[in-house]
This record gives sequence, structure tokens and C-alpha cells, in this order.
Amino acid sequence: MKRNKAGLAALYVILGLWAATTIYPLFWVIENSFKVKDKILKQSFALPIGDMFTLANYRRAFDRLSIGRAYTNSICISSCVTVGVMLLAGLAAFALVRFDFKLKKLCYTMVIAAMMFPVFSTIIPVYTMETTWHITNTSSWALNMLSVILPQIAGNISFAIIVLMGFVQSLPLELEEAAHLEGASIPQIYARIVVPLGKPSFVTVAIFSFLWSYNDLFTQMFFLRRPEMQAITRLLNELSSKEGTNYGLMASAVTLVIIPVVVVYIFLQKYIIKGMTAGAIKG
Amino acid sequence: MSNIYKNRKYIILFLLPAFIFLTVYLYYPFFLNIFSSFRSIRTLGTYGKKWNEPWNENYVKLITDPVVRTSLVNTLYMMIATILGQVGIALVLALLVDNISKGTQFFRTVYFFPIVISATALGLLFNLIFLYDKGMLNQFLEFMGKRDLTDWKNESHALATMMLPVVWQYVGFYFVILETGLNNISEELYESAAIDGATRLQRVMYISIPMLRNVICTCLTLGVTGALKVFDLPWTMFPKGMPLKQTFLTGTYMYYQTMEAKNVDYGSTLAILIVVLGVILSRVTRRIFKESEDL
Repeated sequence: MKRNKAGLAALYVILGLWAATTIYPLFWVIENSFKVKDKILKQSFALPIGDMFTLANYRRAFDRLSIGRAYTNSICISSCVTVGVMLLAGLAAFALVRFDFKLKKLCYTMVIAAMMFPVFSTIIPVYTMETTWHITNTSSWALNMLSVILPQIAGNISFAIIVLMGFVQSLPLELEEAAHLEGASIPQIYARIVVPLGKPSFVTVAIFSFLWSYNDLFTQMFFLRRPEMQAITRLLNELSSKEGTNYGLMASAVTLVIIPVVVVYIFLQKYIIKGMTAGAIKG
Repeated sequence: MSNIYKNRKYIILFLLPAFIFLTVYLYYPFFLNIFSSFRSIRTLGTYGKKWNEPWNENYVKLITDPVVRTSLVNTLYMMIATILGQVGIALVLALLVDNISKGTQFFRTVYFFPIVISATALGLLFNLIFLYDKGMLNQFLEFMGKRDLTDWKNESHALATMMLPVVWQYVGFYFVILETGLNNISEELYESAAIDGATRLQRVMYISIPMLRNVICTCLTLGVTGALKVFDLPWTMFPKGMPLKQTFLTGTYMYYQTMEAKNVDYGSTLAILIVVLGVILSRVTRRIFKESEDL
């Protein structure tokens, strides 16, 4: 097909403009995190070189905010959610595809319907329930983490089951039958054949669950109310209400939270994009 | 089904953990939430001491509460912004990217990137951008020659200031879905159309868009139901519906009633409203699109 040179250039300009709107704000906040408040408010477009450059915001961020502890909490919560979702959803998806039983249809409907519940509709009773178990608002770190981990696992499990069911259905049965003939038990078939072959699908599920849990402010606002239990997004939210005018500190805190995610994204973008959109494409 | 998979013991062993989670953490609380909406609960974490008097107090309140009306109208605007802004911009970008051969992967990566960042961090970032005295935007406008500063968070600008970042963040999400859909359309269709003398625009109007109908429908359904769930960004940028409770959305108002106003049972009622709206709206969106498919 013939291409019009000017038209093509116009295309790239339009596409480039949108790309600029996604890259520039990030770049802007990073450059301003190296300036004092005055300069942010007067010369926010200037690069922080020479006299303008300062690390004061970062020093203050590490002094005043327990960013390290919030990171530990966040990573701990999100890793547990990821592992929990993969374990439970993997087994359930395998059983729902391979086994034949009376209530199979009902189970499948239950999984699909569970995706329709917004978190708003369950959070208050879940909080009440966990309070009667004494795992909310306690001084025990482990229990407090658990109180966020459990509802977050529940929130991701049905999506994960659907994605993994799609994968198990695509597996040829012959492999499993051959393993059976060699004397493998069902748990062995699952662990040695299904899981290794399903790595890409499990990665998709893992990335989705991890990012979703890491970024989820709503659940954290309910369950992580003590300052020492805060995870990263909760800490940021608190920062905006308590130090709303300390712009340098805000810029450095945002940078500290965004950078690791950006680095991970650059390396794993293919899987991340696939993971985040998988649920949507499946409908 | 193969005869290896007969043992009932494993069905229970494999399914039970996941279904216990679904039941205990989704189904049971869902019904308990309906129960809660009839109780009088002042402290989060309790079931309340008595029933509401009259029993449908919260539902009457739901109809008469002016803030519910505000948040429903705002949510409606959010849906329109989602449809036109997110899906619309994404569709235009996807159709444009379909025409280029170099750099598609770059644009995919860059456009998608805001989605992986926590909306809370983006909320703080946009707070800095929209700062009155003087954030990035006001500095830029001043540089362009504008004399007076604009307060992006006052009553006349607040809604737009709140929705812009939400729309911006998710364009890339729909872009990726639509672009994948476009890649699935067979190249032969375009080629034969080109031989028949169809212009570029005609090919878009008569091949790309009709072939994408189902994908667009999925996007719209996701967008409409997604608008009901927006929480993080609005709550970070405009906590407690400020200014003057003008910026509440259904989700943020539910949180406000539960956690700030200590009206836990009313919060439950608002959550039910969100569920009902979600079910109705996703049905309606699907219905509208199915009908036009028959034309």
C-alpha cells in the first residue's frame, strides 16, 4: 500500500503527543523531587542542576516517613496474596475442568457470579467478621497483615480461576493419561505436568494479583489503620492529608513509590500488559 | 472425560479451599451486607444493637439524600467521560497505530504504563500539577501569558479536575484491548477492499469498526461498571467530597458514610445501590449493543 509521507508524519505526531502526556508528568515529578519547595512553585520546568539540586526532600522522606516499613508491609501483603491466589485458584481450576461431578455447573456459576461483587458490597461485613475473630486493629503485625491478605485473596480468586481454567482446557489429555499409566497419582500429575506447562498462565495471574493488591487503597483504608501497619498506598494517602503543603516531600515520596514499579514494568511489560488485560478479553 | 479423574476425594480436596474463600469472604458477607442495611450500626465492626425504626429508614434516606443525587449525577458524568474519553481516545489511538509499522511496541508500552502505577501516587502527582499557587499547569499558563491563576479545585472546575486523571490513566488499558482486536482482523479483508478502491477512511468505517463491535462492547461494559468502582484517585485528590460535598462519587460517598460519618448501616445501603446499578447498567450496555448488531 502506498503511504503518504506527510500523513505518516502527522500520525506519529499525534501518537507522540499522547505518549508525552504519559511520560512527561512522571519525568516532571522526578525532577522536582530534587528541588526545594520554592523552586517547585516558581521554576518547576527547569532541570535541577547546579545550585537547584538538593537531596533534602529525600532525607526528610526517610526521616519522617517510614517508607522502608511501608514497603516491607506492602510486599509482604502482595506476595502472600499472590501465592494464595495461585495455590487456591490453580487447584480449583484443575478440578473444575478435569473432574466430572454433579455440582460442577453450580460451582462454575458461583465463580462467575463472584466476579460481579464490587468490594464495596462485602467490605463492611468482612470487617465485622474479622473483628469477631480478633484479627483487625490488633497490635500483632502478623494478624493485621492477615486481615488484609484474606479479603484480597478472595477478591482475586474468581478471576484467577477463569484464566487458569482456560489454560487447563487447552492442555492435551494424553499427557496426563500417559503419566497416569506410569503410575503417577493425581496430585503428582497436577504438580509435575499441569503446573510446569501452565507457567505463562500462572505468571499472568500472579502479576495481576500482585499489582492489584499493591495498588488497592480501599481495602487498606479499612484494615490497616495503625500507623505501624501502613502499606505504601495507605502511607501516601496519609501524607496528602497530613503534609499536604510540603510539596518537596510529596514529590520525593511519589518518586520513591513509582520508581520500583517502573523498573519492574520495563522488564516485565509484556507479561504485565497481558496479565492486566487478560480478564477483560475473556469477558 | 478420562477415567483417571474419578476419585471424589480429590474433587473435594482441590475445590474446597477456593470455595470456602468464596463463601466466607464474598457470598456470606454479601447477604450480611443486606442485613446490615436494616440494622442501626454506629461502630464499624459490630452488628449494631437494634433494628432501624422504621425498618426501611436507610432506603427512604437513599431517595431523599441530596448528596446521593449529587454522587449519582457525578457517577453518570464519570461514565460519559469513560465512554467518550477512555474508549473514544483509545479507539482513535488504536486505529492510528494500526497504520504504522515502526514503533507500535513503544506506544503500547508507554500508553499502558499509567495503569501499573497506584492511583494514590497519581493522585498526589496530580495534586502537584493542579496546585493553585502554583502547580505545573498554572505555571505553564502563566508562561503562555495568562495573568490570573485558575483554582482548578474550586466548585466550577472540581469535577473536570477529578475526572481528567481517571480518564487519562485508563486510556492505555482500552488501547491495548482494542489494538489486539484490530490485529485479529484478517489483512485480506483490507487488501480486497483496497483493490475495490476503498479509501483509508472507508476501510476504517466499513471494516475495522464493524469487526471490532464485540470488543468495543466489552470495553464499554467494563468502562461503565468501572466508573461505579472508582475510588482511589478521587479520594486522594478530593477527600470527603470537597469542595462542599460536590465531588462525591457512589464509591467515595459509601466510604465517607461508613468511615467518616460513622453511619455504617447507611454505608451498607449505598453499597447495595452500587451493586444494583452495576447489574442494571452492564445489562443495558450489552442490550443496546446487541440490538444495533442486528441492523
